[in-house]
Amino acid sequence: MARAQRGRRLRARVLIRPKQGILDPQGQAVERALPALGFDGVENVRVGRLVELDVADGASVADMCEKLLANPLIEDYEVLVVDE
Amino acid sequence: MKFGVVQFPGSCDERDALLAAKRFGDAELLWHAERDLRGADAVIVPGGFSYGDYLRAGAIARFSPMMDAVSEFALAGGPVLGICNGFQVLCEVGLLPGALLPNDSLRFVCRQVELEVVNTGTPFTRACEEGERLSIPVKHFTGCYFAPESALEELDANGQVLLRYDAGQNPNGSLRDIAGIASAQKNVFGLMPHPEHAVDPLTGSSDGGKLFASLVAHVEELVAA
Repeated sequence: MARAQRGRRLRARVLIRPKQGILDPQGQAVERALPALGFDGVENVRVGRLVELDVADGASVADMCEKLLANPLIEDYEVLVVDE
Repeated sequence: MKFGVVQFPGSCDERDALLAAKRFGDAELLWHAERDLRGADAVIVPGGFSYGDYLRAGAIARFSPMMDAVSEFALAGGPVLGICNGFQVLCEVGLLPGALLPNDSLRFVCRQVELEVVNTGTPFTRACEEGERLSIPVKHFTGCYFAPESALEELDANGQVLLRYDAGQNPNGSLRDIAGIASAQKNVFGLMPHPEHAVDPLTGSSDGGKLFASLVAHVEELVAA
């Protein structure tokens, strides 16, 4: 009960990746490097980034993505809210 | 005629921009945390790594108080020149369309490039001849200009592409060899090459000076009118 009164914080994970069709030279470089290490049959490597944050209001995260965390012109984002 | 040169934490070309501007008029640095343009007639957003380029190049700088003032100035028609990281900031803040992606080579490029002046009817290029070639250095990792196909069509149709890399010179994979674009009103201009590093024959070229001279002519004409 005491725990609930402290104000709930939600853990949010934001996955950001280059949009389909946008050149991703990092993904290409990784894809070219893997066979050199013996990992064959790897395709469509895309390199993005992960942002983790604690928030009071999970609904605001998409807005954060639009305004700062991602650039919607070149990046897609996916928000996962984890109740901890 | 006075230039204001914005300085963010992580800027590194503001001194060169200041010195280059001083060859053509008065110039003063504008600290990012302030919002007073100190009477500048034209604003330069210089190159470097504003706020460490954390998250994305130029993404954090757009929220500085000074960029608020610069946006207001630009929306009122004031001339704003964004160089390299400054170009990235102007795209992030929405004063210019499109975005800059990591170079297609995934390498930092630092070399002299030849540019074609595509449109001379702007405050930034009026001292150039149509089709004139300029030799100006680039030095960047995130300079691949991207905009959706429809936006690229619009840029070309409106004469917003001011500079293109010459054939075989594109250092970063920019779509349509775009080196610099202007806003629809032509008072905001962003480019990846560094005109402030090309104002003295001692360093190989003084072609960059033409952009500064253009701005001076533009502002003096406004004052005279």
